[in-house]
Amino acid sequence: MTAITVDLALDHYLELVGDGDEQAAVAHATALLDAGVPAQRVINDLIGATQRRVGELWATNEWGVAREHAATGVSERVLAAVAARTTVPATRGRLTLACVDGEWHGLPARMFAELLRLDGWRVDFLGASVPGRHLITHLHQTGPDAVALSCMIPTRLPRAHAAITACRAAGVPVIAGGRGFGPDGRYAQRLGADAWAATGEEAIARLATDWPPRWVADDPGTFLGDEEYTHLVRSRPQLIGNAMDRLPEVYPAARDYDQAQLESTAEDLGHIADFLAAALYLDEPEIFTDFVGWTADVLISRGVPQGALRIGLRLVRDQLVDFPAAITTIDRAVAALPR
Amino acid sequence: MTALTPPDAGEPLTRTVPVAPAPALLRAVLEAATEAMLLCATTGDTVLLANAEAQRLLPGLEPGQDATTGPLGELAAGQHSFRAEHHGRHLYGMRRDLDDDHYAWFLRDHTSETVHATALEVERSRTAFLAEAGRRLSASLHVRRCTRTAAELAVAHLADAAIVVLPVTGGHSAWIRLSPGHAAEEGTLPERVLAEVPGLTEALDGFPPIPSRWLDPALAPGWLFPADLGPIGALLVVPLPGHAEPAGALVLARTGPHAPFSAEDEQLVRVFAARAGAAVAAAMLYQEQVDTTAVLQADLLPPELPQPEGFELAASYQAARDSLRVGGDFYEVIGPVDGGSDTVIALGDVCGTGPEAAVMTGKVRQTLRALSLVDVAPDHMLTVLNRALLQSGRRQRFVTLVVGTVHRAEQGRVRLRLASGGHPPPLILRTNGTVDVVPTKGTLIGVLPETVVRPATVELAPGELCLLYSDGLTEARGGPTGDEQFGEERLRRQLAGCQGMPGAVAVERLRQLVSEWVNGGPRDDIAMLAVRAHTRPPLSLRGGGAPNASPYLVAARRGDRRSRSRS
Repeated sequence: MTAITVDLALDHYLELVGDGDEQAAVAHATALLDAGVPAQRVINDLIGATQRRVGELWATNEWGVAREHAATGVSERVLAAVAARTTVPATRGRLTLACVDGEWHGLPARMFAELLRLDGWRVDFLGASVPGRHLITHLHQTGPDAVALSCMIPTRLPRAHAAITACRAAGVPVIAGGRGFGPDGRYAQRLGADAWAATGEEAIARLATDWPPRWVADDPGTFLGDEEYTHLVRSRPQLIGNAMDRLPEVYPAARDYDQAQLESTAEDLGHIADFLAAALYLDEPEIFTDFVGWTADVLISRGVPQGALRIGLRLVRDQLVDFPAAITTIDRAVAALPR
Repeated sequence: MTALTPPDAGEPLTRTVPVAPAPALLRAVLEAATEAMLLCATTGDTVLLANAEAQRLLPGLEPGQDATTGPLGELAAGQHSFRAEHHGRHLYGMRRDLDDDHYAWFLRDHTSETVHATALEVERSRTAFLAEAGRRLSASLHVRRCTRTAAELAVAHLADAAIVVLPVTGGHSAWIRLSPGHAAEEGTLPERVLAEVPGLTEALDGFPPIPSRWLDPALAPGWLFPADLGPIGALLVVPLPGHAEPAGALVLARTGPHAPFSAEDEQLVRVFAARAGAAVAAAMLYQEQVDTTAVLQADLLPPELPQPEGFELAASYQAARDSLRVGGDFYEVIGPVDGGSDTVIALGDVCGTGPEAAVMTGKVRQTLRALSLVDVAPDHMLTVLNRALLQSGRRQRFVTLVVGTVHRAEQGRVRLRLASGGHPPPLILRTNGTVDVVPTKGTLIGVLPETVVRPATVELAPGELCLLYSDGLTEARGGPTGDEQFGEERLRRQLAGCQGMPGAVAVERLRQLVSEWVNGGPRDDIAMLAVRAHTRPPLSLRGGGAPNASPYLVAARRGDRRSRSRS
């Protein structure tokens, strides 16, 4: 089969997207299609694989942010070009695909939309960061057979939960996807999703062979979040404000920060609060441990001392004396950090 | 008082009680008992005694017979207790050994309890079914989902196969069919074939259903159900009552020995049909409204962007969180008209939100479209627009906007003429990373009889970008404290960070940044429109780029910052 012997020339393609050379990248992908490579393989093994590589290059500080964004922009154009050249009659049913409110990683979902289309679904892709209300309105207006929800970052899980509950209340079963739903998608079930898939192929197989899922009444166990979560979310501004006030005391270098640096530090503290809130919402300390571990890795690749992260965590922890679960969660994460 | 009154009943015993009652008296007690009793000899299982109740429950069982060969087989099964149905009665039996040679059977008639329990069970399952039906049918406002749910519920609880047929529109009826071993089948039926199904036309016309026993399943046309369903034993066709007119009809088919629909079944089906009909009718009403709104909205939604030669256009529109899709902000792009070479762009903000603002938006865009047909400068467009709005009656609303023309100049440069009517001036991202403010200003439009507009002309070198935006972007409240405005300074700084990005990527990035800034809180409409002069690839982005705030990038920025602060 030609499809197997054709070389995707991944390195060359990576250079093209890294240079923002949209025309050449599109030409590269369409040449593969012309050579008989199936569109699914171009999407998964060329666009998807390259996009993962771009993420790694950013994480290891080899690529700047502008370059990463430009590369992603090119990938979207290539994907659109691949889609435009492959038409498949819609034979299966209608499906709505959306990224959870606040979730901006739209490209994986867009690739999934194309894979579904190639499998014969009529897909309404609503894009990145879809407010729950707009999603539900769309469901009532189009009456799809399934909603596919993408969530790449666990901090969006409370909003994903609201969206899943609302979709199911609107009578449409939900399949969840994206690494935000945790290893093996373990949070997807907690949040009431009817199904979860690790990859686009897996989701497509499930939708093709085992859909719709049997109707089940809502499980009372899906009421999540406790008062610690509520307090943490509501006091987020004060939490960050106090931490920023104390920062120069415990981290003298911060005295020389300019406005932009101070703002990014405040945002960083916000991320700590958000991941902590998500961990409390689901009662899954792993979410926070993973976030802290990941952050530590990225810091190492940028030659930043571990101390900075520990100080940020302590500034947040010191304010949470009445939050036993939050304290435990932070302590677990700190204990897991390399010495 | 009888001799059997127990001592603690309060009345002293006044007569001497015989220690053993006479056999005749014992026999009379046995006969009077409401429990059936059989006394049997262990040898040969011979019935020695059967009281009156036993003879009533087991007619034909006489003393002297062998109990195990009698009418009730359970007596021979060797169990110590049993439940059985005998001559239409539900019996409970219990065996007790009396001595080595005798045993007794005690039998109770549980018929009425069992009947009640069964009736209660049936009633419970009906209630549960109707509760589930109510919950699921009320979930969706979409006609197809509603009919699908109705069919699913019907095959799960009422029949082996079900069809929902919607009212005829344009000579056709939409239908959905569920039958065992088949995925849901949907399609349309021509009106003329509907009459082939017994009772269907009547049901679609809203007449009360014909009792199932009057419908001959053999008359159902072959196409009605898949052949593998087997012979249909009973057919039931009921109307789905809607809003004063029928919302469709439900066709149910049962196969096998228990096929016929009982009177209770038919009653239940009608109750279910009433709920399904109400849900489908509500969904139809909603659909009508959606269709109407969609027609009205079509002109108000942001336009598709042309992709002209020489420069890139990118735009974004986000309606306020609490409104849907149309609001007070708008942008417009009108490609070159015959003979002309300029593209007209506009971005503005009508005071207020909601339908009235949207109508005003439509008016403004229409006027601009007309003005673009005659070759006029942007500042002149604003003056004419101002006059037109003032003459069109209601003056409560005003609009602020930037209008511009885009012209391809030599060497890949792009020339823009821009005029602002009370709107935040556009920003320009230069190749060296600086951000300029376009020096145009003017009075807002639609209020004063005379407008003062100072237009500006700017040029973009290849790769440079001009951003038009609405104040929803800069006034978005959020940030770490939750109540700080995004602000013009932050916008300029973040725009500077977009250097080297294609226009669409830059716009998406700003949109993401402001969304993170707001962090789920309320915000106004936000519109952005970017014009970027084409650059020649490859871009040299290697090692470049600005600090960034994508959600996972906490550490990265910290890294950038720290390394900067150390150097």
